[in-house]
Amino acid sequence: MAQVHETPSPADEHHVGHVVPFKILFAVFAALTLLTLITVGASYIDFGELNLIVALVIAVIKASLVVLFFMHLRWDRPFNAIVFVGCLIFVAIFLGFALIDTTQYHHSIFTEQAPGMKAHIPMKAEKLPG
Amino acid sequence: MTTTATGASEHDGHDEHDPAHEHHKFLAHHFDTPVQQFDSGKLGTWLFLTTEILLFSGLFCAYAVYRANHPQVFEFAHQYLDKRLGALNTIVLIFSSFTMAWGVRAAQLGKKNLCVTLLAITIACGAVFMCVKYVEYKAKWQEKLFPGANYNPTEMPKTDISEEKAAGKLAADEAKLPEVATTPAPAADLMKTVAPAMNTAPDGHIFEGSSIARAPVGPHSLNPDWVASENSRLRREEASVARHEPMDEPNNVQIFFSIYFMMTGLHGIHVLAGMCLIFWVLLRANRGEFGPEYFSPVDFVGLYWHVVDLVWIFLFPLLYLIT
Repeated sequence: MAQVHETPSPADEHHVGHVVPFKILFAVFAALTLLTLITVGASYIDFGELNLIVALVIAVIKASLVVLFFMHLRWDRPFNAIVFVGCLIFVAIFLGFALIDTTQYHHSIFTEQAPGMKAHIPMKAEKLPG
Repeated sequence: MTTTATGASEHDGHDEHDPAHEHHKFLAHHFDTPVQQFDSGKLGTWLFLTTEILLFSGLFCAYAVYRANHPQVFEFAHQYLDKRLGALNTIVLIFSSFTMAWGVRAAQLGKKNLCVTLLAITIACGAVFMCVKYVEYKAKWQEKLFPGANYNPTEMPKTDISEEKAAGKLAADEAKLPEVATTPAPAADLMKTVAPAMNTAPDGHIFEGSSIARAPVGPHSLNPDWVASENSRLRREEASVARHEPMDEPNNVQIFFSIYFMMTGLHGIHVLAGMCLIFWVLLRANRGEFGPEYFSPVDFVGLYWHVVDLVWIFLFPLLYLIT
């Protein structure tokens, strides 16, 4: 049997892969479970607009734990991390550009009114006769 | 990737009797060393996983755009989903990711029986996840919460407020306002009565106010009928809020269920695929094929399984935990 190394050092040229210590795996599992309970609990508290942010921040923390420890990226070749982060950048560009102006078309598409008109309706409506 | 260069220089010529090759029956002939083979496979797996993430990001984009345009649809429709079942499924998937990562460790250490057991537990967790999904889908099916034009709900979602009413906490309000209907009308009928002047596209999308003449030159020539109906709608909404009534059903709730079924459905297909892959790896592990120098299939299938978990980590708060 070839020598197995468990130290959290980068994979070197003489060993295949990296063995993650059981303690780390279990600690990550415990943290993920705790964060799940926290995110469910936070959904019962009304932070207004912040609820979505809180939920997403917790989800990003959970995802980072999974990627870094369960998926070994912390000890992996840096090139794999570049590939993964590059992918996330493209996702961010995709979502960001799609969201930049989406609400601009809301009034023209969904109410068949001129853009920006919805803001005028309650004010104008009260003044009109009939 | 420096390994590739050093490995190639050491074993120049690719001699079939190269001693380095004779020791590794698992080493494919086009690789020089086990490390090179493992790193190449891992890079390929990561590249595949990025395509998976980009595939799901298309659906996340649809979610983000529709939620930005119709926040009220998401606030209303998430009440049909059961937070507890979603949380249960999250814990089950996280546990399965844990046993998968532990299984990779067992394979790396050459612990055959432990590896097989852990992979079996991972598959079982996947099965539990799909069973809970079945319970959830069945409830949607029975309430006719279908995507698109087939959306035809049989009852309104139970809100916290209606539960309070049942507990008699708002009994005083009820006494003051006897004209309030105690049993909410079926949602589909409500939609028809509240919104008579609406056009429905073949896909079930309702174009609000599309039967009303357009304002040709802007706000000053608004159709008076439309203004009157808009005023009465606003007053009705205000009165409804004042009476603590459950939220009226907004238009186009089927958008939420289209997104819900597409996202969870595609994710469910990935869970099923992952279960099949883990079973294949389990059979190979049971034959004793894996050890410290060769465990790539366990590791790569594990990476795929973790990405399935990752997607669910974002789906759960986005679909179930809307407030």
